[in-house]
Amino acid sequence: MRAQYVIRRVLFLFLVIWTAASINFFLPRISGRNPIKEQLGMQIATQGRKGDDAKLMEVRLMSLFGLDKPLWQQYLIYMGNVLRLKFGYSINNYPRQVSTIIIQRGRMTLPFIAVAIVISFLIGIFFGAFLGWNKTPKWVSTVFVPPMLVFSSVPQFLVALVLIYFVAFRAQLAPMGGAYDRTLTENFMSLTFWGSYWRHAMLPILSIIIVEASGWALGMRAMMVTVEGEDFATFAEAKGLKTKRIFTRYLMRNAMLPSITSLALRLGFIITGAAIAETYFQYNGLGNTLGTAITQFDYFLIYGIVIIMVMSIALVTFIIDMIYPLLDPRISYVKQRG
Amino acid sequence: MKNLAAYLKRNPTLGIGMGMLLFLLLFSTVGRLFINPDDAYTQTMEVNQPPSAKHPLGTESQGRDLLTMMIIGTSKTLLVGAIAGGIGLALGVVLGFVSGYYGGVLDTVITSIVDIFMTIPAFLILIIIASALKGVTLGVTSMGLIVAMISWPGPARAIRAQVLSMRERPFVMMAKLSGMNSLEIIMKELVPNLLPFLVMSLSTSVYGGIMASLGLEAIGIGSRREPTMGMTLFYVQYYSGFLLGLWWWIISPVIIIVMTLTSLVLTSIGLDEIANPRVRSKV
Repeated sequence: MRAQYVIRRVLFLFLVIWTAASINFFLPRISGRNPIKEQLGMQIATQGRKGDDAKLMEVRLMSLFGLDKPLWQQYLIYMGNVLRLKFGYSINNYPRQVSTIIIQRGRMTLPFIAVAIVISFLIGIFFGAFLGWNKTPKWVSTVFVPPMLVFSSVPQFLVALVLIYFVAFRAQLAPMGGAYDRTLTENFMSLTFWGSYWRHAMLPILSIIIVEASGWALGMRAMMVTVEGEDFATFAEAKGLKTKRIFTRYLMRNAMLPSITSLALRLGFIITGAAIAETYFQYNGLGNTLGTAITQFDYFLIYGIVIIMVMSIALVTFIIDMIYPLLDPRISYVKQRG
Repeated sequence: MKNLAAYLKRNPTLGIGMGMLLFLLLFSTVGRLFINPDDAYTQTMEVNQPPSAKHPLGTESQGRDLLTMMIIGTSKTLLVGAIAGGIGLALGVVLGFVSGYYGGVLDTVITSIVDIFMTIPAFLILIIIASALKGVTLGVTSMGLIVAMISWPGPARAIRAQVLSMRERPFVMMAKLSGMNSLEIIMKELVPNLLPFLVMSLSTSVYGGIMASLGLEAIGIGSRREPTMGMTLFYVQYYSGFLLGLWWWIISPVIIIVMTLTSLVLTSIGLDEIANPRVRSKV
């Protein structure tokens, strides 16, 4: 792997985060809303927050973001804060810090999303390869492709909705919602907690698998058909290699490369999709918190979560970019043409 | 007409996709003749009624007639997609052609920007935009415009790739030699040749626009009043439609959404077969 390539990818990683942070910074300022005043005014009016308390909170937030300084200074302060992952206080849960909330909710979301992505990718790759293989009987494709086409084109939360109704509500095979049993406390050291966690994560994971595995399987199937037509595939067969070896080493290995690229491109879609689905599962994770923050207009919490999501997606994309040359040695990573 | 039927027989994907789309359009236009559009807004019916002769698809928790909501909502959801997809594609076409045809520094800049915006999830940008604009009432048109703001990177990238491969073809060379300027070449040579591809891109963009708007509406960003598909699903969750077991409230929007999205995807695949003869008969 060339140093130049690594440097370019690192640069890209920072560019992505910088762009997202800048959008975060400028858009709300263009709109001319003052979320702090807006929210505090509402809290004084409806929740009986004391005037002095609100004043103190406003001063703290103002000084944290330097809102009384000129715009360019605000921008620098803001960027510094983003780099140090300081997102300020949640307006609605003051004085809790946004970063604390993100860690607390994020650790509920991260395990199930990671597991779901890995499982759906593996299922998609292997099943797609099987479907596209010329030794698989034709009827398999006829049976599986149409439903997979439908599943891969609907949003996750739609599948989630149907699963909740049929699996959880009707058949009562899974919990209706929540991230763990209400009787338990959030203790990541206890086995009972983990058991309950995975039981509750079952349907969210399933909804991701149904949508994503279908998409990848379809893509993989199309690639398999293309790869099978290549000369090296015919050559491998002519050499009399074992079918298994041809399938895994010659066909699958080459066909899965575009799927890995699309994994990087799909990540953002999966994560935001799961975030929406979380609100339907009333799953106490990052996505649901984002949903609540939006309805309550908890400004700093919204932007903190958005930035964290962008950062993690950019980071995973970066990791995939680093792994890619190991899988496809043809890629020399000299300056690409065109 | 006979030719069309013969063609659709060879390309059933396109036929099914267009057929479903046509059905949805008829459902929402002809359907209007049989209903009172106000029933999708009035909130004066009995709430949570199962399907009956009076309410063929039942009513929901705000006292609206679901059949009416579906008829009105289908066209609204399609409209959001059409606005977002149309504008997004137009931006993408401009960027794609400029970047692919002229190349150079401009190409590097545009490609980098497109790459960055493909990595940042569009949905998150939409959330920032929508929450920054909360004072604005988010009707169907403004929803379409907002979604359009993030709908350009995909088409831009795809069209750039097409233009790149087209640029080196002999007929473009011929045009250049015969003294056409760049704009003429783009308009007279490239665009007509890419037309099927552009139509396919439109279908894909409309699909993307509808997906994005559904996501936003599903978590409550959208017009609280309009009976679009996404808002209907938002209210299912808001009034805990599952816990009450109101299956008719869940099933109708789900069917409409699945039909809408599937029809657009099938249309894209079918058109891809026209635009891209190499994939012919492989799908």
